[in-house]
Amino acid sequence: MNFDYNEEQQLLADSVRRFLAKDYDFESRKKIVASRDGWSPAVWATMADMGLTGLPFSPDYGGFGGGAVDLMDVMEAAGDALLVEPYLATVGLGAQFVARAGSDAQKKAVLPQVVEGKLKLAFAHTEKGARYNLAKVAAQAKKAAGGWAITGEKFVVLGAAAADKLVVSANTDKGLSLFLVEKNAVEAKAYVTLDEQRAGDLVLSGTPGELIGTEGGALPVIEEIVDFATALVCAEAVGAMKFACDTTLEYLKTRKQFGVPIGTFQALQHRMVDMYVAQEQARSMACLACSKVDAPSDARDRSRSVSAAKIKIADACRHISQEAIQLHGGMGMTEEMKVSHSFRRLTMIAQQFGDAEHHLARFAALSY
Amino acid sequence: MDLNYSQEESAFRDEVRGWLKANLPQDLRDKIASYDELGREDLLRWHRILARKGWVAPSWPKEFGGTSWNVVQRYIFEEECGFAGTPPLIPFGLSMCGPVLIRFGTEAQKKRFLPRIYNGEDFWCQGYSEPGSGSDLASLKTKAERVRDEKAGDHYIVNGQKTWTTLGHFADWIFCLVRTDSSLAKRQEGISFLLIDMKTPGITVRPLILMDGGHEVNEVFFDDVKVPVENLVYEEGKGWTVAKYLLGHERMNTGRIGASKRELAKLKEIAGRQKGDDGRPLAGDPRFRDKLTRVEVELMALEITNLRFLDQMRRSGQPPGADVSMLKIKGTEIQQALTELSMQAADPGSQEEFTGLAKRYANMRKTTIYAGSNEIQRNIIAKMTLGL
Repeated sequence: MNFDYNEEQQLLADSVRRFLAKDYDFESRKKIVASRDGWSPAVWATMADMGLTGLPFSPDYGGFGGGAVDLMDVMEAAGDALLVEPYLATVGLGAQFVARAGSDAQKKAVLPQVVEGKLKLAFAHTEKGARYNLAKVAAQAKKAAGGWAITGEKFVVLGAAAADKLVVSANTDKGLSLFLVEKNAVEAKAYVTLDEQRAGDLVLSGTPGELIGTEGGALPVIEEIVDFATALVCAEAVGAMKFACDTTLEYLKTRKQFGVPIGTFQALQHRMVDMYVAQEQARSMACLACSKVDAPSDARDRSRSVSAAKIKIADACRHISQEAIQLHGGMGMTEEMKVSHSFRRLTMIAQQFGDAEHHLARFAALSY
Repeated sequence: MDLNYSQEESAFRDEVRGWLKANLPQDLRDKIASYDELGREDLLRWHRILARKGWVAPSWPKEFGGTSWNVVQRYIFEEECGFAGTPPLIPFGLSMCGPVLIRFGTEAQKKRFLPRIYNGEDFWCQGYSEPGSGSDLASLKTKAERVRDEKAGDHYIVNGQKTWTTLGHFADWIFCLVRTDSSLAKRQEGISFLLIDMKTPGITVRPLILMDGGHEVNEVFFDDVKVPVENLVYEEGKGWTVAKYLLGHERMNTGRIGASKRELAKLKEIAGRQKGDDGRPLAGDPRFRDKLTRVEVELMALEITNLRFLDQMRRSGQPPGADVSMLKIKGTEIQQALTELSMQAADPGSQEEFTGLAKRYANMRKTTIYAGSNEIQRNIIAKMTLGL
């Protein structure tokens, strides 16, 4: 039993935090959010220089061979800073499909470029009405000259606009499969989400794609990688929650009414304590999720633990974000305060890859 | 980061588990499983079994019978006891008076009381709360007046009342906070820590029956009770220092995770067997199942939170700070939620099953009140951790 980060993890996290504090403060972030593409090539280049884009990939392709636990503190720092760069889309999702299911040739073509920060990916999977059911896909892939042709529509694809390549799910005669697709071959409509990230709706009409992994064998791979990404957003949530708690505590100590700081009122103190306790309980479950996706005893054990974590994280996201706004009063409602932006991210994380109800059902299905 | 126990820790857990399996008498196991009230002899019997094994006072220094276990081993032992369903070790002697005497007692006091506490020869209880002094302990009024007596030796005359005295009706001895000086402006001063023989004339114990019908707590009345001065612990007027030490004594088992795991397993058994109105097992009814899962998840989180604190403590060598209060808050909320769901899951048409679980539900409302109510625990975190 050991909950400490090792020296390498600690050093990396420290430098990430220093960098984000300096170059990704609230004002800098605002400019990036307001920019045309909604992400910063300069920030991305620095992240690549720091080794962040190579962290969870094999040293064979220039990476550091890390896992979710190695990414935990980085994700926490990203949550604190409300990072909007397409990091999760590329490193946590898109490139993971190539790394875990791709052929040697695909790995060689994609991963070194990802590690160097030259290539970004996105996972185009969700369709209208599928909600959180990973198996529900209507897009079709048919054999075509030299490869496959994919037809279908994908919605709210995280990081779609920034991506160079897409990993697209579609059904063949043999079942659910995955394909590597050039982004510029796809018709895309990009937009800003509630939490100021960029996503897009995609239309594929006979778009050429290259099969990743086994035809018809995609579902277990998707489940594994979505569990991995879920563990990462659990860690990110902990960072966003910590920011929301810390800034609310600061506000309670400085905001005065009736001649005293409002933090002297017991009605508010106890609510602040409950936020703090929820944050610590959430942190514990993020530790569980990240350790289990790195070293599960089996897929069932992995998914059950990730669902348990996501239930707690989703509940804590809602609890802490709502209370943070309430304790800030009217100021918390405004665009000016970073806390309202953390509210938006926490609201989205509560639902990303399945809300509490989805994971309650999945946990039960895996338990009984 | 590694959430699993090390090989040595796992081996230790297996050793404890195996020993408990072999040495916990079946009749005691049954009584715990059916929530029967335990008698004085039940409690002392288990105490003596552990004393013979040398495991009754793990945290004491080696010279007084401690085990030299580290914090993780101590935690594992306590959680395994909870999971196996052993009778509780009554804390008043082992975890309260004992450590106080080891820290503040005279040589004579240590020699006289510690071996008897260790071996389960004396049954102790705690005299802290008073009718007007609950969460606000420093307002206590029970008075001890020092009387000079050259022939028989100086003594105190104690008058007043203690309440919520857990298992006072079984006790041979009570340790009390009493006021020896009422003239001081600061209420925490002028309080002293006295050891009182329950057989002393002038002591009356009156039961306080709880709403489940159980007899656990009492009122204890002191009417001109004569206490020799050698029963004063530490200095006169310094009782608050002793009391604070006692309250701050490592409280890493307040989460009661082992016991809650056992209750959760039992709840799942009931929910798998009982059928809802639609004929499906309750465990398959999403309305019931989701409540159960949320409690299970809170318990998983609490176990990891507890392990995180232990790991921190092992690393820093520092006793846990105010954050342990969160173990009490979450641990007791979980205990209560489990008893509530168990009562709900029971067949309302089965008087035997339902009433037993409903009484247990009623009884467990005490957990968020005792040992520093959960509101007091929130005050502690607000003040000590958050600086409010």
